[in-house]
Amino acid sequence: MRVRWALLFVAMCSLTASGQTAQPPKLDVPYQLFTLSNGLTVILHRDASVPVATINVWYHVGSANERPGRTGLAHLFEHLMFEGSAHVAEGDFDTLLEAAGGTSNGSTDNDRTNYLIDVPANALELALFLESDRMAYLLDTMTPERVDGQRDVVKNERRQSYENEPYGMASLEIDRMLWPEGHPYSRPTIGSMEDLTAASHDDIVAFFKTYYAPNNATLAIAGDIDLAKTRALVEQWFAEVPRGAVVQPIAPPPAVLADVKRKTITDQVRLPRLYLGWLTPRGYAPGDAALDAASSILAGGKNSRLYNRLVYETQIAQDVTAYQQGAALGGSFLIVATARPGHTAAELQQAIDEELDRLRREPPTPRELQRVLNQIEASFYRSLERVGGFGGKANQMNAYYFAGAAPDFFAEDLARYMALTPSDVQAAVRRWLPPDRRVELIVEPETQG
Amino acid sequence: MESLVAAQERPDRSRPPLPGPPAALDLPTIQKQSLPNGLAVWVVERHEVPVVQLSLLVRAGAGQDLAGKAGAASLTAAMLDEGAGARSALEIADAAEFLGAALTTASSFDASAVRLNVPVQRLAEGLPLLADVALRPTFPEKELERLRQERLTLLLQVRDDAASVAGMVFSRLVYGPGHRYGTGTIGTETSLKTLTAADLRAFHAAYFQPSNATLLVVGDISASGVMPVLRSAFADWRGRSARGPTPLAAPRPPDQAEIVIVDKPDAEQSQIRIGSVGVPRSTPDYFPLLVLNTILGGAFTSRLNQNLREEHGYAYGASSGFDMRLGPGPFYAAAGVQTDKTADALREFFKELNGIRQPVGVEELAKARNYIALAFPGEFETTTDLSRRLEELIVYRLPDDYFERYIANVMAVTAAQVQRAAETYIQPSRFIVVIVGDRKTIEPGVRALELAPVRALSIDEALQP
Repeated sequence: MRVRWALLFVAMCSLTASGQTAQPPKLDVPYQLFTLSNGLTVILHRDASVPVATINVWYHVGSANERPGRTGLAHLFEHLMFEGSAHVAEGDFDTLLEAAGGTSNGSTDNDRTNYLIDVPANALELALFLESDRMAYLLDTMTPERVDGQRDVVKNERRQSYENEPYGMASLEIDRMLWPEGHPYSRPTIGSMEDLTAASHDDIVAFFKTYYAPNNATLAIAGDIDLAKTRALVEQWFAEVPRGAVVQPIAPPPAVLADVKRKTITDQVRLPRLYLGWLTPRGYAPGDAALDAASSILAGGKNSRLYNRLVYETQIAQDVTAYQQGAALGGSFLIVATARPGHTAAELQQAIDEELDRLRREPPTPRELQRVLNQIEASFYRSLERVGGFGGKANQMNAYYFAGAAPDFFAEDLARYMALTPSDVQAAVRRWLPPDRRVELIVEPETQG
Repeated sequence: MESLVAAQERPDRSRPPLPGPPAALDLPTIQKQSLPNGLAVWVVERHEVPVVQLSLLVRAGAGQDLAGKAGAASLTAAMLDEGAGARSALEIADAAEFLGAALTTASSFDASAVRLNVPVQRLAEGLPLLADVALRPTFPEKELERLRQERLTLLLQVRDDAASVAGMVFSRLVYGPGHRYGTGTIGTETSLKTLTAADLRAFHAAYFQPSNATLLVVGDISASGVMPVLRSAFADWRGRSARGPTPLAAPRPPDQAEIVIVDKPDAEQSQIRIGSVGVPRSTPDYFPLLVLNTILGGAFTSRLNQNLREEHGYAYGASSGFDMRLGPGPFYAAAGVQTDKTADALREFFKELNGIRQPVGVEELAKARNYIALAFPGEFETTTDLSRRLEELIVYRLPDDYFERYIANVMAVTAAQVQRAAETYIQPSRFIVVIVGDRKTIEPGVRALELAPVRALSIDEALQP
């Protein structure tokens, strides 16, 4: 999963909507940052609007760290983090949380694995106990049987999300086409069935020892918390976790598309779908924000270029989406459209190419860009309402820190967008979305036998 | 420093730290107002971010669709922002987006809604848009045809998705094709083809009346500041007597269990739905059922998820739920299970569905009550969260102090109440089972369980009009 948080919300304000100069609200997210002697970086943020607290841990390991033959290991490992540790019996992790009104979750992507626990504020220490116990003592009670149990669950997650999901296999195929062989992003985060079968208890032990050290993690805590007391509790529960070896950065092979790669696959679906993909800048790099804005100009709302032409006017498509995914080692840009009955992927591609060409030749109008920026600005303010969950402030503060920025990078992040001009967007489309260096994947309906 | 002193102590891991006393629920006051035309206005102040959400709620949804016109309520709502007042569909979208606002229209079985989430400094510009869309839709033929084709295509596409097919076939079998709950809110291919702009205008005229609506305003505003602008935005809305919502006919739940296998050749998983007619939102057993469902399939550590996912690894997850509406919506248990474990999974489903009819243990009951009650204050975190919870009060006409008493009502649920609710509403011997999966692999094992008569259908047969 790669949550691009600018796509999560739609709402809020603009300086220029009608010539008024209302002062925009500040994007203040005050925080404390400190590091324990074992290397664990801690971010604290107080927001007492409701009596909840969230703890959000990012381990700086994702599927990109996996070796060939062990795809899916990072994600399988994530599942095992909920199965108990030395002082938490199997099943007790979530039982204790639920009995206190809390919930837990986690997710794995190419670059990182995150874990979150949302609790009523009075149960913060329970959450810290559980989180620190699995950071320090996960392996004490890890058994081959536990690995087998979650292996079956993860295989069913794969069946549900890919094999038995319409167009599910295309999302795995597009990564194989975009990224060169040997590049970690070419491999599926969910893992292949074969590799999931091969993952052993020894692999899990080695993975923990290599990557699950406090010095390879950051802990963000947000909500209705007392900052001084929370800092003391963090030191109390996490100080004993032993420091681990330094994790070596990944050195991926260069990723360049030299020409057009085409492929057609079939699926148990009724309508053809077209995927166009490009390799683009990594997150926060020059071009990333302009491409994000371009994705909205192309496919955000009824007046966007592709939606308007394909879905609204000609009605040759049922849907069209576009998005820039700026990951840590590189980015990708995808345009995905599904044909209406009686129409073909080739028709969609021709219309999309004409619109892309128009955007390469001339910049978007100022109003088109402003409409997008106003929505992006709105999404930033609205994102400050929630502390927990995948879309909350604690997770975003960890995300900024992981990207090398301050945890309160919100205002600077928004400024990347607000500084964009129409010609920036045009330049990004010309530079990063060329017609002759890209991936074209078509999913055709299986012939019904 | 205090923190360094604390760091010297080794934590005691022999038992988990006990939570302190829970915070009291602190809900903002609902300030009830009304406009001269009779429209009820609820104002709730929330000053955390400079945003305001307005929800115009109309007490009529798909439950009011006339016979043969399934999908009218849903299509009416969808058409509201496709042309309104002097504005075209594209102009409405452009104006809302340019304000940084989210303008949405929606419809459920019980209600229709137009919602505007807007920066508070753009409220004055956003309100006329909301008023046009809710009160002055023009239902242009060109846009109607577009949405009709979009929805017909959607009905085609859902046949690709085993989970959607399972849900649709389940509703059809539980309620029968004649009951409105037997068909999804968007209607069927047949009914969608017959809907006209006149049908939608009639629905709008009948129900979008001040006496049948409530305007909920939540956010960074004050009642005294917002009422004048609301008065002017809705000044032209002259009420006529609204058609009162007609109660749906009582569904006749199946009195015998049946298993229907819908063939999806070579599927790697089987999507399973089990259940029958449940309860309306007005059920006096609401709180016992909430606790019951939390224990059965409403939480990660619920029995169904523990059994099918954690113990057996048959599924990525398993759950259950009561979909409570103005009329009795369905109770269902659900999972996607690996194809070669379909019969095993079905056996375990029935083990848990029968098991929940036995007395629940003290700890399990306490965990479920706490899970609901202690998490409750967190459900009012964002402007949108708060609006959604308050909409529930409006649509189901719940008392003003409903949420104040919610936690106490949850904590008062006893094991005996849970058992009585289970015996009343969980009757596996009458449950309908739908399995969408690879028939050739799963049918022999499912038949061998001898749970109920088994029928097998193709997707097209199962969904035919």
